Order: sequence, then C-alpha cells, then structure tokens
Amino acid sequence: MALDKHEAHEFDVVVIGAGGAGLRAAIEASAQGAKTALICKSLLGKAHTVMAEGGIAAALGNIYPEDNWKVHFRDTMRGGKLLNNWRMAQLHAQEAPDRVRELEAWGALFDRTADGRILQRDFGGHRYARLAHVGDRTGLEMIRTLQQHAVHKGIDVFMECTITGLLKDGGRVCGAFGYWRESGRFVAFKTKAVVLATGGIGKAWKFSSNSWEYTGDGVTLALDAGAHLIDMECYQFHPTGMVWPPSVRGILVTEGVRGDGGTLKNALGERFMFKYIPDFFRAETADTEEEADRWYTDKKNNRRTPDLLPRDEVARAINAEVKAGRGSPHGGVFLDIASRRDAEYIKRRLPSMYHQFKELADVDITKEPMEVGPTAHYMNGGVRVDADTATTAVPGLFAAGEVAGGLHGANRLGGNSLSDLLVFGRRAGLHAAQYAKNFKGTLTVDAGQVEALARECLEPFERRGGENPYAIHQDLQECMQSLVGIIRTEGELKKALEELTSLRERCRRIKINGNRNFNPAWHLALDLRSLLTVSEAVTRAALERKESRGGHTRDDYPKADPELGKVNVVVRKAGDELTVIREPRPEMPQELKTLLAGDK
Amino acid sequence: MRVWRGDAKGGAFKEFRVPTEEGMVVLDVIHKIQATQAADLAVRWNCKAGKCGSCSAEVNGRPRLMCMARMNLFPAGEPITVAPMKTFPLIRDLVTDVSFNYEVAKTIPAFKPGRAEPDGTFRMMQEDIDRGQEFHKCIECFLCQNVCHVIRDHPENKPMFGGPRFFVRLAALEMHPMDTDARAEYLRLKAGLGFCNITKCCTEVCPEHIKITDNAIIPLKERVVTEHYDPVVWLFRKLSGRR
Ligand SMILES: Cc1cc2nc3c(=O)[nH]c(=O)nc-3n(C[C@H](O)[C@H](O)[C@H](O)COP(=O)(O)OP(=O)(O)OC[C@H]3O[C@@H](n4cnc5c(N)ncnc54)[C@H](O)[C@@H]3O)c2cc1C
Ligand code: SF4
Ligand code: SF4
Ligand code: FES
Repeated sequence: MALDKHEAHEFDVVVIGAGGAGLRAAIEASAQGAKTALICKSLLGKAHTVMAEGGIAAALGNIYPEDNWKVHFRDTMRGGKLLNNWRMAQLHAQEAPDRVRELEAWGALFDRTADGRILQRDFGGHRYARLAHVGDRTGLEMIRTLQQHAVHKGIDVFMECTITGLLKDGGRVCGAFGYWRESGRFVAFKTKAVVLATGGIGKAWKFSSNSWEYTGDGVTLALDAGAHLIDMECYQFHPTGMVWPPSVRGILVTEGVRGDGGTLKNALGERFMFKYIPDFFRAETADTEEEADRWYTDKKNNRRTPDLLPRDEVARAINAEVKAGRGSPHGGVFLDIASRRDAEYIKRRLPSMYHQFKELADVDITKEPMEVGPTAHYMNGGVRVDADTATTAVPGLFAAGEVAGGLHGANRLGGNSLSDLLVFGRRAGLHAAQYAKNFKGTLTVDAGQVEALARECLEPFERRGGENPYAIHQDLQECMQSLVGIIRTEGELKKALEELTSLRERCRRIKINGNRNFNPAWHLALDLRSLLTVSEAVTRAALERKESRGGHTRDDYPKADPELGKVNVVVRKAGDELTVIREPRPEMPQELKTLLAGDK
Repeated sequence: MRVWRGDAKGGAFKEFRVPTEEGMVVLDVIHKIQATQAADLAVRWNCKAGKCGSCSAEVNGRPRLMCMARMNLFPAGEPITVAPMKTFPLIRDLVTDVSFNYEVAKTIPAFKPGRAEPDGTFRMMQEDIDRGQEFHKCIECFLCQNVCHVIRDHPENKPMFGGPRFFVRLAALEMHPMDTDARAEYLRLKAGLGFCNITKCCTEVCPEHIKITDNAIIPLKERVVTEHYDPVVWLFRKLSGRR
C-alpha cells in the first residue's frame, strides 16, 4: 500500500459515522465476520442520535392491536406526500418492530404498559400511538444500548477522526482518508466497502436543532465519489424549536409535548391549527376542539388533533400566524401543556423539556406556555440508495440513516428516523459485509489521490488571505436562513446561488493560524467545503421543483403538481459542477397502491 | 472571562472581554471568543442542551456542563474562570483526554438476558425498571469521574478503579430485571468498589441528578458483601484507613 507516509489501516468494512445508523451497521458487519472500523468526528456516544427525544416508531401494536406494518407504511407514505421510495417505506414498516425488540434484548429499558410491555406514544402523522420511548430521552437509550453492545464485538473505533475524502480504484471505493482532530495527523484506511452514516446538514441554517457535526460531510463525500442525491429540496423544518432567549434559539422542543396533550396557540389564545387543515388530511383530522381532545383517549371514535398534523403543515402554519402578526412576543407561537395536563404528568413524561426550559429560559412548563417556532432539523432527502441493500451508485459505497434519502419522501414523520437508523443501518452493514466477502479482485490505493487530499487539508495554513472561517459560516447561515428557508421563491433561490458562489470565493482565502493540534478553526474551514456543497445542492434542487410539496414550499408555486409528484429531483456532480435532473420515481406494485387507497 | 489556554506542556489563564446578551450560557461566551478573538480555542460540545455530555469543564472551580451554565448565575462584572477537567490529561485548552473512561467501559461484563416470553418479548413492570431508568439517564459527561478523589488526587489508582460513572453502569446491569450475570467479583477486584468511601462528591455534580452514591454505590457494596465476604480485602481496607 502506497501509504507509508501516513498512519494506515486495512479493513473489510469501514463505517463512517457512529450514530444509530453507523453503530447498527458496524454491529451487523462485524457479526457477519467482516473486519470492521467505526469512525466518528466526536467522542463515541455523542452523535446526534443521543439528542433524539420523542421515540422510535414501530407498529408493535401494544396499545392498539389494530396497528400493523400496513398502517405504518401508509402513514409514512402519506406523510411524505407519496414521494417516498415505496420499497424502503415497506421494509421500514415491516422490520421496525423486530429492531426495537432487539434493542430491548440488548438491554434497553423502554417505558412500560400496565401489563409490562413496551409503552407507545402518539406523534404527528401516526394513526395510532406508535412510538416506543423512554420519557423524552429515547435517543440516549438507543445510542447507549448500541454502544455498549458494540463494545464487546471487536469493532475498531476511531473517535474524533474526521474523514475528508474517499479513495477509489477505478469505479470502486477502496478507502477513506482523514485526520485525527486531536493531533491533526493524517490517517488512511484501505477497505473493500464503506458505509456512510454521517447524518445531516442542519448547520447550513442559522436556527437549527443540529450540532456542529451536521455539516453534510457524508453527502459531499458521496457526491465526490460519484453517487447521486435525491429530494434535497425537501429539507425538514421542525415546527417547534425554542425561540427565546436568543442564545438557545433553534434548540428542539419534542413533538412529544403535543403527543402528550400540548396544543399550539397564537397571541389571541386561539388554537390556530384548526384553520390550517389541508384537504389531503381533512378526512382523518378532527375539526373541533372537543373531538381533538377526546382523541387522546379514544382513537376509535375520534379523529386526530390538527396539532399533530405532519411537521411540514405545522411549520407552515406557525410561519403564517407569525407573519399575520399573531405571534408570541419573541416571534414564535405558544405551546401550552401547562393548562392541559397536571405538573406531575408533565414532569414524568417530559423531564428533559422541563429541565431545558427551566434552566435555559427561566420558564416552568408546568405553569406557563412555551414559546416555539420552526427550526432547521432533518434532511429528508440524501444519498440515493437501493432499498434492499443500501448500495449507492458507486460499487463498494453504502449509505444509511439521515445521510440516505428515499424513505421519508418529501417529509419525515417524527419517530421514523430512529427506526430508519436501525432497519437500514443493519441492512447496510449486512450487505457491505457480504459485498466485501464476495469481492475477489485486488484493490490498490493510489498515492496520488492520498497526497492530493492531504495537500487540500493543509492549504488553509499556507495561504496569505485573511478570511475567518467563523465569519463565513455565519454569513452562509444568514444566506440559507433568509433565502432558502421554509418559504422559497425563484428570485431568492437565484440570489442564494450567487451568494454561495461568493462565499466559495471567500473560502479560498481562509487563513488558519496556530498548529494542527485540536484546532477548531481549521476543522471548520474544512467542514465549510461540505457545507457549501450541500447548500448549493439544496438550492439547485429547490429551483428545479416548481411546486410545493412536503418540506419544500414555493411561494411562486403554492400548489402541489401531480406531474412533479411522479419524479425525484436528482443531483450529481460532473467535474466541478452540480447537475440537477428529474427522474421518474420507481413504480409501486398494485397491492401497495391498494393499501394507500384503502379506508380513508 | 478567564479561560485556560495551553496543552500538556503548560499554559496559563488568558483574559477575554465579551459583551453578553440575555440568556447566554458559558459555552456561548466560549463560542464568541472563538469567532472573534481566539479562533483556535479548543472546546468540545454537541447538543447545547445538556443532552450529550460533551462540554464538561470547571467553571469557577465547580465541575459543570458549560452549555447549562447561565451567565446570570455569576455576579455581573466579576471574572469567570473556565478550566479543563483536572482528572484527565490535558489535550489542549478545554479539551482533555477522556479515553480512560472508554477503556473502563470495555471491561464491563455485558448484559446477559434471561429467557424471553414465548412471543419473543420481555415482560417488565414499570416499577421494576424505574431505578434502572434513573441510571440510564447518564450522559457520560464524566464530571463524576472528574471529582472523585480516588482518581483526582491519586492518578495511580486509575488501573484499579472504575469510578462512579461505571458504578452507575454496573448498578444498572445488576438491577436490570432480565439480567442473569453476576458481577460481584468484577466489582470487587477490577472496578475497585472498595476504594469508594462514600464522600458523595460525584452525586453533587451529576447534571442528570442521578443519586450515584445512595442508589448505585451503596446497594452495590451491599451486594458485594453478601455475595462475597473477603477478609483480605476487608483487612486491606481497614489498614489503609478506608471505610
Ligand atoms: C434534537 C433532536 C431530536 C430528535 N428527536 C427524534 C425523535 O424523537 N425520533 C426520531 O426518530 N428522530 C429524532 N431526531 C432525528 C434523529 O435523531 C436523527 O436523524 C438521527 O439520530 C440521525 O442518526 P444517524 O445515525 O444518521 O446520524 P448521527 O447520529 O448524527 O451520527 C452521525 C455520525 O457521523 C459522524 N460523522 C459525520 N461526518 C463525519 C466525517 N466527516 N468523518 C467521520 N465521522 C463523521 C458523526 O461524528 C456522528 O458520529 C431528532 C433529532 C434532533 C437533532
Ligand atoms: S462517593 Fe465514592 S465514587 Fe463518589 S466521589 Fe466519593 S469516593 Fe468517588
Ligand atoms: S453519572 Fe452523572 S456525572 Fe457521572 S457521567 Fe453520568 S451524567 Fe455525568
Ligand atoms: S453540549 Fe451537550 S451537554 Fe453541553
């Protein structure tokens, strides 16, 4: 291996990302006998998955025996405005219950029903109470269970190690290259297969529920390697983030608050969601407050409260109320559970929300309403994969979790991410290991590629320019927030493209001082390259979809266009340019169409 | 604000002046310093909401999460001192090498479930898992490890001592209704439970309010005594003045 200049390792499967998807993939790959590495930018156990609050969606049928994979499939497809990859939606709904039970067998302690089974809670867009949960810290339970299970499986973990490029031998992936954050030293991996599980891109926006890690590295690695992206325009803004005080703006308020009885109100005290029920969901949504309130306890005879419409609908409604001047003092709306549930219940069901508001905003949510507004949250689209095997367009490259697109279509339902991670994380690990086992050729790492990546990383130290990466990041976030936010127009999107070009120019003049030891300015300078790439991908895809659907709303095309509902917007990289085309969605088999058409 | 700058070779507190806005936490101030005055200031963080346990540091001498430390906790105008956790080797500025904890984690005997119901699922009552859920709240901030004098003042104890975070983990396993493994030997010989003299410092700093000593350590000690009474260890404890 022509890598003697740098630290080098050789594996069968390298998993990039140690959230739920990456951990589950690594566990599976190693169970299949593959020599497996697990790489992450933060410490193990600190990935986004740890922050997930509300729960894991799985049709266990513990509360409502009527629930089954078919209903879950239908909810997922309808929540995604039918743009979803039907096969992914089917596999997800079918396999999620097994994956949740498996977590329990690995030691997870979910909240219980009276007869000792896994309790499930209501969430937006789910017909039945379906989310297995642990109070409002489900992600912590999930990542810790996976982490503790993985520790004993002989997986080599590389923490605080950032991958900056994939290596290829001809058309195939043959490795990955990156640096240790602690020392700044380079490290190269030679491997037969790579699983991307790097999560999302939320740090492109100013108000975001996401952490510093969400810079779109995986999406960019995939594009550079030749893989395709789909549905990038359908980025999800979660309706309820904190809005006050300014320093916490964007931090998530779980949908579980509404699942457990909380309701949205405007400055006039109106439960305004009743005014925003779209035709698409009218038949299954309560149209009076009385019916909505009865629904919490009697789902058979009542329809779901509009407070729990899918996220895209609720986010748009909040946006409209604030615009119309009926917002809360700090530019959000009110989320009230204090007047609807007793303090004991609230503290038991939502302990970390209670804590979060008390400590950060001096608000006691058992006594006062919260102020909330939309926040950038989740990448509905992502790298295009084969549903069954999680393979991308590039041989040897697999993707799972938030980084992969398809399952959620134009809008993800709450709780469907954690289950996605388990179902497709496992599949990606399984198929990557099988691919590695069946691969009989030889792979050669090209020293030229490695050196080019190393040089690229070091450039910011050698330049003369005077740009500060933090300032560029801030300007990028302002740009995306104001021009590529919840509501979009052609003029603004075009303006965003121009600004992105000039930000890219400025990036070339970033100068980093100091050395390579744990230098966050340098880390950000490198991450900015992916942030700019994904921002451009979102903007170009948003220009291409001239309609409003799910997470993508165009002021200049406010309606859904049935013709555009039949296509995915696909982004590729050709040379240095991103290209965008529409491609037909895979055709759904008749029996699944019948499920969708079925009752209501 | 006075922030520690330096690495394993040495360093010093450096003073920064930052205008604050309403609601700011210590971590916000650190980020402001990064963006405007010291671009390479090293710090760990992720969630900014007390959920991930990345941003542990010693603020005015008290170990805490920087993202949950509101600036209005401190008297206005007076300098605030932010230092890295002391118990772990310094990497740079506020970032320490916490790999000790990940090494301990590898040695803990895994969950060993008993037989499931015929339908493949477990039946557990809520009241039987309440305690376990308390322990599972741990966000691995390692603040408890940081304050525990057994390793803070005596780094040489590290190879023989798991530390409060891992007593919590072991208690969670031992009290899991479906678990069948016995870990008394491990607790006694490898995790060094005997070194703990119940000072409760760990409980005081836990941001998740886990009652580490009362609910995890003391019951574990009782277990170890009943399951394995070993006079040699007892004598050692007596002689070394530990309870
Ligand atoms: C506050 C919050 C609450 C949420 N609540 C819920 C919920 O209740 N239910 C639900 O279903 N979903 C929820 N979600 C969404 C869900 O948590 C995430 O979508 C999901 O955890 C993503 O998991 P993942 O495995 O794809 O990625 P992550 O868990 O984000 O992991 C990504 C990993 O990739 C690594 N990585 C990234 N780039 C690189 C690189 N260049 N080199 C090396 N490593 C890299 C990171 O270090 C990290 O380990 C929530 C999200 C947030 C932010
Ligand atoms: S109670 Fe025990 S574990 Fe906790 S700090 Fe004191 S000696 Fe350490
Ligand atoms: S037990 Fe508490 S203090 Fe210790 S690591 Fe866990 S959360 Fe932190
Ligand atoms: S940043 Fe996550 S706990 Fe402070």
